[in-house]
Amino acid sequence: MNSRLHAALRVLPQYLSQHVLLSAAALALGIAVSLPLLIAARHSARVRWPVLAAASLIQTVPSIALLALFYPLLLGLSALTQRLFGWSFAALGFLPSLLALTLYSILPILRNGITAILNLDPAIMQAASGVGMTSRQRLLRVELPLAAPMLMAGVRTSAVWVIGTATLATPVGQTSLGNYIFTGLQMEDWIWVVFGCGVAVALALVTDQLLALIELGLARRRPALAWLGVCVLLAGVAMAALPLRAGERGGYVVGAKNFAEQYILASLIAQRIRATGHPVTERSGLGSSLAFQALVANELDVYVDYSGTLWNDVLRRNSAPSRAEMLRELARTLRHRYGVTLLGSLGYENAYVLAMRPGEAKALGVHSIADLARVAPRLRLGGDLEFFARPAWRDLVRRYGLHFRTLRQFEPTFMYQALMSREVDVISAFSSDGRIAADHLVVLKDPLHVIPPYDAVILLAPRRAHDPVLRAALAPLVGAIPIALMRRANYMVDRPHAKRSPRQAARWLAHAIHLQ
Amino acid sequence: MISLRAVTKTFGGGASYALREVSFDVAAQTFVAVVGDSGSGKTTLLKTINRLIEPDAGEVFIAGEPARASPAHSLRRHIGYVFQGIGLFPHMSIAENIGITPRLIGWPEPVIRARVEELIDLVSLPRDFLTRLPAELSGGQRQRVGIARALAARPGILLMDEPFGALDPVTRDALGAEYRRLHETMRLTTVMVTHDILEAVLLADRIVVMRQGRIVADGEPHSLLVGHPDPAVSMLMDMPRRQAARVRALLEERAS
Repeated sequence: MNSRLHAALRVLPQYLSQHVLLSAAALALGIAVSLPLLIAARHSARVRWPVLAAASLIQTVPSIALLALFYPLLLGLSALTQRLFGWSFAALGFLPSLLALTLYSILPILRNGITAILNLDPAIMQAASGVGMTSRQRLLRVELPLAAPMLMAGVRTSAVWVIGTATLATPVGQTSLGNYIFTGLQMEDWIWVVFGCGVAVALALVTDQLLALIELGLARRRPALAWLGVCVLLAGVAMAALPLRAGERGGYVVGAKNFAEQYILASLIAQRIRATGHPVTERSGLGSSLAFQALVANELDVYVDYSGTLWNDVLRRNSAPSRAEMLRELARTLRHRYGVTLLGSLGYENAYVLAMRPGEAKALGVHSIADLARVAPRLRLGGDLEFFARPAWRDLVRRYGLHFRTLRQFEPTFMYQALMSREVDVISAFSSDGRIAADHLVVLKDPLHVIPPYDAVILLAPRRAHDPVLRAALAPLVGAIPIALMRRANYMVDRPHAKRSPRQAARWLAHAIHLQ
Repeated sequence: MISLRAVTKTFGGGASYALREVSFDVAAQTFVAVVGDSGSGKTTLLKTINRLIEPDAGEVFIAGEPARASPAHSLRRHIGYVFQGIGLFPHMSIAENIGITPRLIGWPEPVIRARVEELIDLVSLPRDFLTRLPAELSGGQRQRVGIARALAARPGILLMDEPFGALDPVTRDALGAEYRRLHETMRLTTVMVTHDILEAVLLADRIVVMRQGRIVADGEPHSLLVGHPDPAVSMLMDMPRRQAARVRALLEERAS
């Protein structure tokens, strides 16, 4: 427990500084966008209405979707600039997060500012014209100074929103305090979840109070107070920029999706590359299809994906050939279509399997999915967030005639708990998951071979296709990891007690397969 | 000094008239009071002079020049404007409020400072008020600041819209009389809108009566007081005298 807290503290400077920089940049950009809009909209209902409506509309888009949508958008844009000007930019990480958060920050600033200016005493506005101010002088000398306190209240609301929402930047590849939360959720590490939330809340509170100081200074017309708030805020941002400069930059970028096995494998790969003396950056917690797109765009150099996933999602094929045939076809098509190299299979599968509690499986006489189809109408099925959208599920229903009483979706972590606490009777488990063995779950056979193979494969980015360092470091991993060892490594991280970090599990795994 | 030529202003897209072809001249250094019912167009008339309202037809001349010849804001810097709402800037000190127009024009700071001190004396407020904010002053004190602000850039013309309307009777009477003295010593041309006939009679050199966007009577207070062919005008102008008679009757009743 203490060691987890210690591990959390060790990465705090990196996570916190990234979070501060992202939030500060988004808020600054938000203010820079809002002010001209505010000035244009304040005396014109024709501008005001569409601007406020657009800002409100953005606010209703779920924040995680807004963040995720910017990635393909920027990727397309980057490809376009590459073609037109021979210049491209990173579509993953900072930029999509910054743009989404900026959009989020606009509404409170805009709405408060417009309300403040519209509610100014008409006598004061008449006097401003009467003493001979131009409309620009009226704006700068009367409207903005009088609206400033309420405008600052809007900035405060924005700041708190941005800092909170920035935790969702993790799945689009931007390090933030969300890394604690997403990693913690995946690995059932509540200390990390609580720690991440706590730091984010503390950061939001401190920022809010500093902005409150500026607001007070503006309202009471005490510039010294306002400047004190500004200086402390700027100092905070400057301090956040320091670890960034000292941090590890460049080198190889290893990606990982958002579950324990991916963290462990990314860590294992990173350890292999570091051993050659090259710097490595890890980008963990990526959304599933985002990782492949990032690899194609050369924003990741290497990560591990699964053959069935690539087969369905990237190649968009529904047939289910044999393991070997699928690997051959994948390697050929990925190289041909995307320039991506399939270095090889790690040697085990992380396939979808249907699993039940042992007692119930025995009592109902269920050994295979064909048996299950008989009793399914009385049972409840729990799936992970993707399962019901997969072709495999559609095929299971069609080929076996499966019909369950209810279907429910869970975060993988909660799915196992739901099974053990009898909230559901069958789950869509993963074959390499350590919890299958630990909970003695019964894995149902698939006699019709409906579920495609899910071999774990190492993928290299187009620009690393012939990279000798990477190939030399990773070749020993090909075919080296048996499923039993992967399950044990996964369980070290996933289990509720005596947890290990993915790094520790990766080191154990390297040792177990005699690479260390 | 001020000339309106057939000035017309409609509201609601021509649905109603605020001014109907009003022509009107004010000689330099006169004090004109404009009276009439609410909605008679007197405030609109005043605001066409400093272009807070632009006429739909007709022309306004200031010192012989068309008011439209220069930008509205530079015209307003040379015409003082005082109104019932006062409209002191709440975030500026009294000194900053008084000095605003000279500052907009670009007077040197020492000149502005000297002018502000001169004006605070002129409107009989203590100099330590200069550092205060408007919220710290009473209504009468604020309107004194309003007058000082209007006079700051040495305008030749002062426009006043119900300037003393919100003040208590004693303050109102005193401030009216003080302003009349300033009008004389600074050789101003004043146009004042008021609904108080007595105030108009006591302060102005000339009274203009408006009804439904037209000028229906125009003359020295004395000549209007002794009678006018329009019965409504003569009824209106008779008001101070009838009130005085009732007060006198009340006093005599008690005395007897």
